[in-house]
Formats: sequence, C-alpha cells, structure tokens
Amino acid sequence: MRGKPLAAVVSAGLSKFGKRRGLSGRELFAEAALEAFERCPNLDPPKDIKMLIIGNMSESFEHQCHSAPIMSDWAGLLPTPAVRVEVACASSAAAIRYGVFMILSGLYDVVMVGGFEKMTHRATSEATEYLAMAADYPFEQWNGATFPGLFALMATAHMHEYGTTEEQMALVAVKNHHNGALNPKAHLQKEVTVEQVLSSRVIAKPLKLYDCSLISDGASCAILTKPEIAKKYTDTPVYIIGSGHGTDAIGLYERDNLTSLKATKIAAKEAYEMAGLEPQDIDIAEVHDCFTIAEIMAYEDLGFCKPGEGGKFIESGIPMLDGELPINMSGGLKAKGHPVGATGVAQLYEIFLQLTGQADKRQIDGCEIGLTQNLGGSGATCIVHIYRRG
Amino acid sequence: MSEVIPFTIEQFYKFIGERKLMSAKCNKCGLIFVPPRPMCPECLSNDLSWTQLKNKGKLLTYTVIYVAPEEFQHMAPYAIGIVELEDGVRLPGIIQNIKHEDLRVGMELEVDFDTTVQSTWPQWPRYFFKPP
Repeated sequence: MRGKPLAAVVSAGLSKFGKRRGLSGRELFAEAALEAFERCPNLDPPKDIKMLIIGNMSESFEHQCHSAPIMSDWAGLLPTPAVRVEVACASSAAAIRYGVFMILSGLYDVVMVGGFEKMTHRATSEATEYLAMAADYPFEQWNGATFPGLFALMATAHMHEYGTTEEQMALVAVKNHHNGALNPKAHLQKEVTVEQVLSSRVIAKPLKLYDCSLISDGASCAILTKPEIAKKYTDTPVYIIGSGHGTDAIGLYERDNLTSLKATKIAAKEAYEMAGLEPQDIDIAEVHDCFTIAEIMAYEDLGFCKPGEGGKFIESGIPMLDGELPINMSGGLKAKGHPVGATGVAQLYEIFLQLTGQADKRQIDGCEIGLTQNLGGSGATCIVHIYRRG
Repeated sequence: MSEVIPFTIEQFYKFIGERKLMSAKCNKCGLIFVPPRPMCPECLSNDLSWTQLKNKGKLLTYTVIYVAPEEFQHMAPYAIGIVELEDGVRLPGIIQNIKHEDLRVGMELEVDFDTTVQSTWPQWPRYFFKPP
C-alpha cells in the first residue's frame, strides 16, 4: 500500500469565498461544481459520477437538514445518490476520505466530494453559538466556552509551557493574509501588519480578531476517480497517496495534553505511513489555521518542527510562500475564509492547483508532494491527506 | 446503594445541585472519571461507584471571553479555565470573584456552586471556580 495511489483527483472547483449576500449553500455549491465540470470536459457528470458525498457542519445556519440531495440536484446530478457527512469543521475532509474508500471498494469508478456552509447572514453571536455546538454541550458550552475560547485555552497553555508569544501568533496571520492577498477567491485579500494584529480587539484572550479565521460563505468540490482511469479525464491528475483520521475526546479538558492535538498526530502518522513518506518529504501544506495558535500547533503535530518550536518555526520564515515549506498558500482559513463544511475540500483544491501548476501568483515551482490537515471542533477530529503530482 | 444511581450527566448535575462534586470510579481498575458514563473509558468495566471529589485544584489554563454566545453575552467579558482537581480529574468552568489581570496558570482555585438553576436537561445547576 505504501505510496500507492488510493484515488486520483481529476478536477476540483471552489466558489468565491466571502460574504456572498443573496446566495444560499446550494447556489454556492453549484458555482463550485460548474468550475469542476468546466475543468474536466471529458467528464459527463450525471452519467459518470456515481455518488456525491457532502460535508456540511450545521443545519442551523440555513434551517436546512437533508442537504445532500439538494446538492446533487443543484449540481445537475439527479438521481446520483448523495449523503452528508459531519465531523464539524472537518466534514468535507471526511467526505474526501469516504470518497477514497468508495473508490478503493471497487464499487464506483468516479465519485464527487464536496462541502459547503452559508454563514454570514447570521449575527456574530448566532454564528458563535452554532459553531460552539461542535464543543461538548454539558461541560464546555454550558460553561460559556466558545471556539475562540477553547483555542485561547490552548494558546495560554502553549505560551506558559513553551514561551510562545502573541507576536509569533501574529506572524501566522501576517503570512496568511499575505498569501490570501494573492488569491482572487479569498474572503479577505489584504495584507496586515504585526501591529494591526496585536492591536485588534480581543475575542478570547490572548486571541484577537486577526488571530481568528473568518465567518464566510463558500463551497468546494472535487472529482475522484480510480487511479487507473484518471488519464481518461485529465493529463495532469493528482494522486491521493495517504489518508489518516484521528479521533480524541470531544472535551479539551478530557485530554492529557493542552499544547498538542493527539488527533493530528494519529492522523498524520496513519497518512505518512500509508504514503511511505516522512514530514521532511512534504513540499507544501494547507493546515487548519482556524486560529493562529492552531497553525503553530499543526507545525509541531505534523512533525515539521519539534514540540514547542512552532513559534520559532514561523519566525524562521520556513512556512512563507518563498520558504522551504510553504504553508497555507491559499491564505488559509485565516484569509481565504472558513465556511466550515467547505474547508476540507477547499484545502484539497489549493493542493490540486499547486500540484498541477495552476496557482498563478502564489504558485510554488516544482512541488511534488502536498499535505492537508483539517480539524473538527477543538481537535476531537483530525483528518490528514497526502497528495502526489501525477 | 451507590450502584443503583445511574452514571449519567444528569446525575452529575443533580449532585451539583446538592453542592457535591461527584465522580464515577471504576471498581476494577480504579480510574476516577468525569463526565460519568455507563462504562469505564479505560477498562470498559461497568462495575462503578460514585466518589466525592475534593473541591480544590490548580488552574491549568484560562482565557477571558469577550465575544460570547447569546446566552452568555450579559456576562462578557468572563473568565473560563480548566482546573485539575487534587484527585487528578480535570474540569472546565467559569472563574468568578477574581480580577482578570490576576489570573495565573498554576494558581490554586476552589469549586463553588450556583444551585439556582433547576436540574432538567439541558439546564443544570452550575459549579464554578473561585480563589480560595
């Protein structure tokens, strides 16, 4: 199994992320689907696509459960069967993983995976509440914990244990805003300075507004095929060569370690072993920077640096666009935006563009291997995928 | 009689309403665990009993929340933290009776109770933390 293609990505689509007034989730998904279909003229979508797997976190935003058949319909795929998977913000990475499993089962040759979330029509307090539903209700939500609050608890612990600073966290935001400014689909396409990050209003101490990802509208999708038939659809497939999934206790308080996410380590280990690769083999990565501290912890838990050295890692410039290991070329959740159900496949989309040389101003030349890391909640779920240029 | 009291979250909060911080204890492997649950998360035994926890511990980490869900907006900014009790059990909770600038990792805190909320799912009496 080591290094063997599990499935091929032959096309991908992404809606513009941002405040998409007047558009609902299904229309955003159609926008993403159209791009994926246009990229892949040899694909006959309703005939070729045998299954649609959709990631979507919360029916609260749009007062709409049972969204999978709607997405099949709005993508023009009826009667293609569709199912929704949910593991909070990692929902569409789960869609990828189960899409891969369907291909591996041999039952289907072509499946479509995707995700969406429509969020910005809600007040910030409402969105905060709906997102907090992915935390443990009886102990965390009941005690007023929010997602910025839970990651702030990790940030305080990381600062206390390793001396990580608010300035180092700010550098993550500065980097990702820089990259986002080069991404025409990013929610926020503007540079920020360390001073702007540090002086922005406090959301949950020590996390400030610019340490937090965005509440965004957006949708994403990708077409997966059996590796052997990928060239029928594109000359430049990207192969999924590793997939890992870690699960931990939902409550942050139930976990032994407050400065590291065990689910990320488990998922990374599984994905690296499946791919037959080590952290140093990765050329580019999209990681789950829902908050700046989460990206610093991702550097450590994915093995890009030692535990506690994530702050120094961003200071070194290694994860910058022109560094040795560019991370969050798309702008990440921080600047590209975080329509939660869309995020996992949106990370795949950036890796797909990069590995096929289509990332324009933010293109990393010569990259061969890409990694994505998508968290659910405060880290009870983590899904890691590893991709190789075809 | 303790074995007939169910190991549920509702029961945990019923005890909170009686101003008691109670944990499940596995009679097989000795693990003390909150939230209580029908089987030991370590050895999967259902031979369990209730044990009362000490109301003291130290603060492992904290934050002060400024942007709150609607239900908590009237309290913002408010402090929450994770406390490791002397028995080793960890609990998240609101920290009261302290100036936010005085919060420190490692500080001693004790558990107190607000029993004004009736115990019916999903509304429970609260425990909270405060300086001794």
